[in-house]
Amino acid sequence: MEWETVIGLEVHVQLATNSKLFSGSSIEFGAEPNTQANIYDLALPGTLPVLNKEALKMAVKFGLAIDAEIGKKSVFDRKNYFYPDLPKGYQTSQLDFPTVGKGSLKVTLEDGSTKVIGITRAHMEEDAGKSLHEDFHGETGIDLNRAGTPLLEIVSEPEIRSAVEAVAYLKKLHSLILYLGISDGDMSKGNMRCDANVSVRLKGETEFGTRAEIKNINSFKYVEKAINIEVERQIDILEDGGRIVQETRLYDSEKNETRSMRSKEVANDYRYFPEPDLLPVIIDEAFIEEIRETLPELPDAKRQRFMDEYKLSEYDALVLANDLAIASYFEAVVASCNNAKLSANWVSVDLQAHLNEADIPISESPVTPEMLGGLINKITDNTISTKIAKTVFEAMLAGEGNAEQIIETRGLKQVTDSGAIEAMVDAVIANNPEQVEQYRAGKEKVFGFFVGKIMQASKGKANPAQVNQILKDKLSN
Amino acid sequence: MFKSGIADISRSLAAGEFSSEEITKAYLARIKEKDKELNSFITLCEEQALAQAKTADANRAKGEVHLLTGVPIAHKDIFCTTGIRTSCGSRMLDNFIAPYNATVVENFNQAGVITLGKTNMDEFAMGSSNETSYYGAVHNPWNKELVPGGSSGGSAAAVAAHLCPGATATDTGGSIRQPAAFCGLTGLKPTYGRVSRWGMIAFASSLDQAGTLTRSAEDAALMLNVMAGHDPKDSTSINIATEDYTTNLNKPLQGLKIGIPVQHFAKGLNAEVETNIRYALSEFEKLGATLKEISLPNSHQSVSAYYVIAPAEASANLSRYDGVRYGYRCENPKDLEDLYKRTRSEGFGAEVKRRIMIGTYALSAGYYDAYYIKAQKIRRLIKNDFDAAFTDVDVIMGPTSPHTAFKIGAQTNDPVSMYLEDIYTIAVNLAGLPGISVPAGLVNNLPIGLQIIGKNFSESHLLNIAHQFQQATDWHTRTREI
Repeated sequence: MEWETVIGLEVHVQLATNSKLFSGSSIEFGAEPNTQANIYDLALPGTLPVLNKEALKMAVKFGLAIDAEIGKKSVFDRKNYFYPDLPKGYQTSQLDFPTVGKGSLKVTLEDGSTKVIGITRAHMEEDAGKSLHEDFHGETGIDLNRAGTPLLEIVSEPEIRSAVEAVAYLKKLHSLILYLGISDGDMSKGNMRCDANVSVRLKGETEFGTRAEIKNINSFKYVEKAINIEVERQIDILEDGGRIVQETRLYDSEKNETRSMRSKEVANDYRYFPEPDLLPVIIDEAFIEEIRETLPELPDAKRQRFMDEYKLSEYDALVLANDLAIASYFEAVVASCNNAKLSANWVSVDLQAHLNEADIPISESPVTPEMLGGLINKITDNTISTKIAKTVFEAMLAGEGNAEQIIETRGLKQVTDSGAIEAMVDAVIANNPEQVEQYRAGKEKVFGFFVGKIMQASKGKANPAQVNQILKDKLSN
Repeated sequence: MFKSGIADISRSLAAGEFSSEEITKAYLARIKEKDKELNSFITLCEEQALAQAKTADANRAKGEVHLLTGVPIAHKDIFCTTGIRTSCGSRMLDNFIAPYNATVVENFNQAGVITLGKTNMDEFAMGSSNETSYYGAVHNPWNKELVPGGSSGGSAAAVAAHLCPGATATDTGGSIRQPAAFCGLTGLKPTYGRVSRWGMIAFASSLDQAGTLTRSAEDAALMLNVMAGHDPKDSTSINIATEDYTTNLNKPLQGLKIGIPVQHFAKGLNAEVETNIRYALSEFEKLGATLKEISLPNSHQSVSAYYVIAPAEASANLSRYDGVRYGYRCENPKDLEDLYKRTRSEGFGAEVKRRIMIGTYALSAGYYDAYYIKAQKIRRLIKNDFDAAFTDVDVIMGPTSPHTAFKIGAQTNDPVSMYLEDIYTIAVNLAGLPGISVPAGLVNNLPIGLQIIGKNFSESHLLNIAHQFQQATDWHTRTREI
């Protein structure tokens, strides 16, 4: 039997506002418990919500970036349930009239193909607080600092067909929200969280299978693992003639398994109804246009521009444009050396390798774009060879200064004096008559041996092109 | 001194006839003496009131005065007051002291108005007789065996018994106008959104509106001048400029077109109440107004729609009382569910629990469309009825209540008949309109009220009409010694 996986993702993105969705409390991470909860967040009687306009602008900005319909009239609703970290006894969310309607996201898969994944909607809602079960000896502590933090819940269509596609979608979404500056997207802090609705069906089947919702998966890696393990679980059950139960499951990354949290059959009836303390949010064209004007160049547009303007390959352009910080770094390098191809290689290969190894973001790179540009200039003006440049780059990472200084102090300047090179060539030819014989007999592979000897003699500093030319001339005489 | 209203006290304070401290002390003493029989106050703010009065006198001496500086009033115990218990008539909040003032209270404080105390009310404003209060029933000063009406029964009884010259109140389905009618007072419910709801404990957010219980329309205008205004902290408060509500009080009523809804004079209306109301209407004709019969065809559905919408909103508004952060908490809960169940079972009274259950039911999966959505559609039809009527007439008049105050205990076992108490007033809340009840006669020595309903933000006009009626009649001056 051949199975097809069907995945829909619900992604909660914490908006990077200064204050909460309906109150003036700060949302800064890491404060002492309950120091960022005011009388509204505590749901004291008589307190009322006032919508944070920045959060609304951010939601609209996201909507414009995914080419979505923007809700001209969006309505907040109360989602009712009792829980100690939900002070009002209801969460204010949006049900029927979200701020962002249907849109889509184009993702690039590993084989280079692209796929458009539909986004059903994105709605604003407030986060709950935290229940702390440790350290309270059988009791539960409540921290309401997070209660009321603005979230944008982005709901995809069930159009994702594999764990790999799910990760590609998430990465694109992550890239986009960072471009828009609407969230820091920090998954380790829970500022971007993912729930995955997963089901399987026989290939060719048009009806969806029964789905399980996997909650709160907090890294790209775990999204892939959690979906794969869940798909495996479902297929095993179905192939054994069993039935999938619609339920919420939790992914345990240590055991790499999903397990049941609660079945939907006993789930809450949330009794949604329009929040009477807030009027419908009416948005006009002028407001939308004002926000549209603040939209930055988005990843797809940037990638296209990198291809057009810098003549980069699609792959290079994609790698560089995907992350706003890397893209900006790359363009700063180009600005200081004027060589896009070399800049692209150095940024996406050498620098990236170092950043990965050191596990630091590009913003903390010890080599600034100007330093890297300076290094590339030394290559293009033939001061150093590419090989020597790697040495200089290592030295820059080690904090030895800029390219100029390192070349100077280490004496790495390339030899381009053809007289000096000729002398070295002559010496090598004279000292290796056997190899000269072989070469002249047609064994051209020996050419590399000579080059090696000459570079060795010059400590790598001889200009390789000149060496090649002079050597070729002399050997053929 | 105690026959005075707010305007009189304001004038006497300005003229130096007595100080704020003197009048405040006098009222406090009278409350202590008389309120044992009425139970109209839950909390008396003696110390704070005297401190406020001293400050008011000092400010007056310096010339820093608002018109109402030094005038003592009472606040319904639904408005949060810094440092003073705000119970909302419930065991649930019996120990609750807010660290903030409601915007309404803050506005009065800024104007130098004295808070004598917090008045009794139906629990969470759910009731039409003030019998659902955790602090016991309030007695009607006209006859202590009778209810004062509700939910603002404490404010109404206190003003009627001259325990204070005026009081704040709230009206979700008639909770200002019906007690005004039962106690012979002027009760103003402004347009929804005219007065901030911030710091006013919510019953049904889309219907709740703060207003006044006073002895006259002029007093109501003076209080509204302090209360009304846009509040950025209340998203439903409307950003329209306020006006001086006393400006138009003396305009003649010549040419006023009054609509008389046939549905408010139909079966169920006490015959003597009808006679008195018709007589009051003829007074308006004498003042130059014309009467026109109109129809509000959907008004018979208003009580049904209200008892879906208001409980639905209340069921969510009251979810926050869970024993976790403040308010009543059951003893020794064995787990979370036990904490919720017992806290709410023990902390809420029967009527509140009944409405939470009605509201929860109406919002439940499978019933939402049949109840909540349908009720919202009726609400729209009711609003349309008023809009249509107001193309033809300036205001709408009729009885506030179908009868006079009833006996304490007479309807407590029949919730539906209690709900029908507000049959003429509820539609006004559903439509968000302003309404005022003015004393318009006596039946068996008990006051009755005439309800005047206006267009949105026509408070100035309503007060003008009420004031002109009070210039031509003396019903509003009638009182009963206690």
